[in-house]
Amino acid sequence: MRWLRKLIGAVVVLGGAGAVAGWALSAPVRLDAATVAQLGPGDAAKGKRIFYAGGCTSCHAKPGSKGDARLELAGGLELKTPFGIFVPPNISQDPKDGIGAWSEEDFANAMLKGVSPSGEHFYPAFPYASYARMKPADIADLYAFMKTLPAVAGKAPGHKLGFPFNIRRGIGLWKRFYLSPEPVIALPGGTPDKALAGRYLVEGPGHCGECHTPRDFAGGVKKAEWLAGAVAAAGSGVVPNITPQGGTKDWSEADIANYLETGFTPDFDSVGGAMVDVQRNMAQLTADDRAAIAAYLKAVPPRANGYPARKPKS
Amino acid sequence: MRKLVLAISMLAFAGSAAFADPIKDRQALMKERGKLAGQLSKVVKGEEDFDAAAVLTTLKSLQANAERFDAETLFPAGSDKGDTTAAPKIWEDMAGFKAVGDKLVTDVKAAVASPPADADALKAQLNKIGGDCGTCHQTYRIKKG
Repeated sequence: MRWLRKLIGAVVVLGGAGAVAGWALSAPVRLDAATVAQLGPGDAAKGKRIFYAGGCTSCHAKPGSKGDARLELAGGLELKTPFGIFVPPNISQDPKDGIGAWSEEDFANAMLKGVSPSGEHFYPAFPYASYARMKPADIADLYAFMKTLPAVAGKAPGHKLGFPFNIRRGIGLWKRFYLSPEPVIALPGGTPDKALAGRYLVEGPGHCGECHTPRDFAGGVKKAEWLAGAVAAAGSGVVPNITPQGGTKDWSEADIANYLETGFTPDFDSVGGAMVDVQRNMAQLTADDRAAIAAYLKAVPPRANGYPARKPKS
Repeated sequence: MRKLVLAISMLAFAGSAAFADPIKDRQALMKERGKLAGQLSKVVKGEEDFDAAAVLTTLKSLQANAERFDAETLFPAGSDKGDTTAAPKIWEDMAGFKAVGDKLVTDVKAAVASPPADADALKAQLNKIGGDCGTCHQTYRIKKG
């Protein structure tokens, strides 16, 4: 029976090595000193633009709140996804229940690396896989703006996730595949500045791809189907294809910009679903920013719909 | 026997007339509504000149359209099936659904009561009306692709 003992020994050693490697590879990685140095003092006035581009209130405002109450970022919405129910936390300035006690560096680590001040991974339902493409200076401005928002007491309930998604540490491995500050679409040289500015807004703070791109089995966005539309991750229905091959193919850049400003499509339908809150945020941006987003959406590669065709009429 | 057949066919006819096709009816109402909003939008965007009388006529048509929105007739139980993007939420929360319909009537009436003097004033009113469209479509419509 010596061979059996050897085999068991080998399995234990290999398994142990795998566990050690998995543990090491899944460790939270914080920002390097060079990036932290680029943060600098933020400008709250400029941060307001980033706040609306980032759509923070869409998930973190109390569900159903309107007007100025949208700036009370107490969390509590329920995002029912195939991975479980995610509940956006309180990110108001409350020092105990919110993020009022966070330093600028803490905030930057959350936004760019998905790591909490205590060194835990955040779930990527918080779209840091997009925010990772943001400029450190914009993070600093956003931090300064959020400092001007009210403190709201009360913790939001925790996420409700099943195995294996309830193992936070595993997100460290996920990040190795899906977290990168590089742009998704490599636009060719000579691309106008407007489209490049749009790329930054769409791929970074705007995190449009998080809903408009289908995801793989591990919940990472399929970059080969960037912005091709997807079955809605939360709720029902689909999120439309917004590449030049999608439902917006006949829209001009001005049509796209106007839609983001007013909520009206060129054929005078109106914005609906989760996009309503997004559009209201986009309406807060400048006309130049909306035009930039439109220019980028016309410059991305055309893709077939990332969701199944609607069932034919019965 | 002939009377019975006649009675049944009359009942069937009456029934089909009363329940024509609520899905088609409400889609037609929405199409018309969008067209009217579109006419106003062209003026706001400067694609058409501001003509106070024409704008007021359009706003009045929009009011008539909004007032024709009878949620219970247009969205009877069971009409969530078929070629429709109506969300099940309509039937779970009929009171909330009616309330957003009423809000539109109120806002369009307000615009008719104080007609816009220029494109900027119209823009403010249309933003409010467009907001009502979005509020309803946010909760009570599902995008099906």
